[in-house]
Amino acid sequence: MPESNDHFTPYPDHVLENVLENVLAFLHSRRDRNAVSLVCRSWYRAEAYTRSDVFIGNCYALSPRRVTDRFTRVRSVTIKGKPRFADFSLLPVNWGAHFTPWVSGMANAYRTLEKIHLKRMSVTDDDLAAVANSFPRFKELVLVCCDGFGTAGIAAVVSRCRGLRVLELIEDEVSDDYVDWISCFPADGPTNLESLMFDCVESPINFESLENLVARSPLLKKLGLNRFVTIGQLHRLMTRAPQLTHLGTGSFSPPEQPEQHEHHENDNNRVSDYVSAFASCKSVVCLSGFREIAPEYLPAIIPVCANLSSLNLSFANINAEQLKPVIRHCHKLRVFWALDSIGDEGLQAVAETCKDLRELRVFPIDATENGEGLVSEMGLLAISIGCRKLQSILYFCQQMTNAAVVAMSKNCPDLVVFRLCIIGRFSPDHVTGEPMDEGFGAIVKNCKKLTRLAVSGLLTDRAFSYIGQYGKLVRTLSVAFAGDSDIGLKYVLEGCTNLQKLEIRDSPFGDSGLWSGLPRFYNMRFVWMSSCRVTREGCLDVARQLPRLVVEVFRRDEEEGGEKSDFVNTLYMYRSLDGPRADAPRFVNIL
Amino acid sequence: MMHLKETELCLGLPGGGEADTLKVNGKRGYSETVDLMLNLQTNDQSSSSTDLKDKKLQTSAKNNKDLIKPPAKAQVVGWPPVRNYRKNVMAQKSNTEEVTEKVVTTPGGSGSAAAFVKVSMDGAPYLRKVDLKLYESYQQLSDALAKMFSSFTMGDYGSQGMIDFMNESKLMDLLNSSEYVPSYEDKDGDWMLVGDVPWQMFVDSCKRLRIMKGSDAIGLAPRAMEKCKNRC
Repeated sequence: MPESNDHFTPYPDHVLENVLENVLAFLHSRRDRNAVSLVCRSWYRAEAYTRSDVFIGNCYALSPRRVTDRFTRVRSVTIKGKPRFADFSLLPVNWGAHFTPWVSGMANAYRTLEKIHLKRMSVTDDDLAAVANSFPRFKELVLVCCDGFGTAGIAAVVSRCRGLRVLELIEDEVSDDYVDWISCFPADGPTNLESLMFDCVESPINFESLENLVARSPLLKKLGLNRFVTIGQLHRLMTRAPQLTHLGTGSFSPPEQPEQHEHHENDNNRVSDYVSAFASCKSVVCLSGFREIAPEYLPAIIPVCANLSSLNLSFANINAEQLKPVIRHCHKLRVFWALDSIGDEGLQAVAETCKDLRELRVFPIDATENGEGLVSEMGLLAISIGCRKLQSILYFCQQMTNAAVVAMSKNCPDLVVFRLCIIGRFSPDHVTGEPMDEGFGAIVKNCKKLTRLAVSGLLTDRAFSYIGQYGKLVRTLSVAFAGDSDIGLKYVLEGCTNLQKLEIRDSPFGDSGLWSGLPRFYNMRFVWMSSCRVTREGCLDVARQLPRLVVEVFRRDEEEGGEKSDFVNTLYMYRSLDGPRADAPRFVNIL
Repeated sequence: MMHLKETELCLGLPGGGEADTLKVNGKRGYSETVDLMLNLQTNDQSSSSTDLKDKKLQTSAKNNKDLIKPPAKAQVVGWPPVRNYRKNVMAQKSNTEEVTEKVVTTPGGSGSAAAFVKVSMDGAPYLRKVDLKLYESYQQLSDALAKMFSSFTMGDYGSQGMIDFMNESKLMDLLNSSEYVPSYEDKDGDWMLVGDVPWQMFVDSCKRLRIMKGSDAIGLAPRAMEKCKNRC
């Protein structure tokens, strides 16, 4: 950067820095900001001074101190902790990802912190109390797949953070401390609440307080109820908050035993009541919940279907006949989540109406191998034909064919995320008996924007050669029960030049495959390999060659020492600027 | 290890072609998959790392091109990759659906599969429900309620878990000593002190429970004693 020759300012660099800072205030993408910070020292400083949103993809990649030293004026922090396979019980319970050192590190440095967003972190009630006490301007708390806290912690936040706008608890494990947290919001006057989502809180809610809260929250747009809220109660809330845009509907069924004081009208009257409630909520674009749905009530949502962009029925056990009257109105739908109870026929109905569909997720009701397969390659094919703009798919099924996957790769060229889970391990194409290599090969070849891929079924090394050859943009790859030899892993580590996150389980990949990734590991966020054929020596070798890589080795069932086999049970490795973590439990060996 | 052959799934033409006739690249060897099945049969919780170790011992892993799927009910940890959160929700749903059926088909009264009654506690903002059929004694019920309402203690229930109603002073001591006592509404619609009748009789006649302050419950005591006298 050229020096200024301006004589009438004594500190030309500072002028340029001020200009730069003003310009950088408009720069939000963290990739762009990272690039800016590499230009030279003064740009690094200016960028650090102006970065208000900090994203930390791996809480162990660096210490809290390093963050607070570099970025001094931070409004929003996002931190991700445990590796994703923790969601499937593959990580021992006390492994780590504690929020405590972060909240204590930030408490002094970031007095103006407004937003905290955590994913897969262990958060305690004390941590939440610390948040409530340390940040006077605190506005937004979003916790996704977190655990370690309870309703007592939530109560601390809502009672003390008077400016709270957003409280979103998404798929967390929240312990029931028998604290009436919903009554702990400041009692007087209107609130600033814009979003309140507590679908995952597994404890009864004080409805009177909730209703009162909703009634005095004029800015509330997003409300996510838990399953303890009945459809009758939902009705009352909707009449209080007709301005809602996002609604998590709670149980969507009447209470088990009718309250004595309710009228005993027949069900038809009730449904029409609820229809009118939905009719008056003209702004609703996103519906979810339906946790214990009484299917006869589903048609109540029809008045909002024409405007819906997102519909999550993934906890609703409904069949195609129950889905069709509703889905045929959802012309604008972009996101659809469902259970496979809707069957191929239900998917066909989706394909016929939802021409703008971007994201589809189909979850299994029966997640056992050789269970009843309610959706198949037919449903996948129908979707690929009807929903040409599809970008993201997660599909659980019991049987699949290469032909259907190939068809999807051609019909849906915009696919960015392709995650297919054939539940039976090692399942081949059920028509031809072939491995699923060609299908996944077609996906990486034809879907040129693909960044995330999860494979399943019977797969040979050939599948991985396709992935390495064509998957140049792939950043996240999930592999389970697949491949023949180290060559498969080699193809991927050498070919996928943008690979960031690699998670592999139960596949015959060993040390030589692992070593082929040595040039890449510093450019990746993490590598997970469990129940593969990597040896302790192999991992030690990697650790020696790459000193800035933290190489963790442990057993899933928390036993220490005495490896039963030569192979490491779980290998989890990631780059770190501050060396190995100090909080590793005893059963984790850091090499 | 019973009848493994019968549960094996093989690829082949309908009408039972032999498994041996298929030779397609990439399928696991027969003997490996037998090992796989045996391992899974004996220890549902193990991952298949031991299977892979067995594979290491096979020198020619790809010679035999047959495929046999793992046995039907084997469950591998973390597979299929459905989040624990979702699994818990689905499991809880099926419990609720079972329970709802039971309650609906046999509304209250004896012989029902479950006996859910509402429990309220003075001062607590919401109700809970308990299934009385889950317990066999007043002590068990007391423990369960104590967990639910942690500030609540049920006082001393004597050797058989029944309040001795014939001893008025003892009763008064009880009501004055505990912070909270449980009361219940019986079939007649009267509110009684919990503990006045044998356990099974209580389960059959209890319609709902209310945990009230001992001082408020004193009003119930004379009536309870009268009913008890009438029964005896």
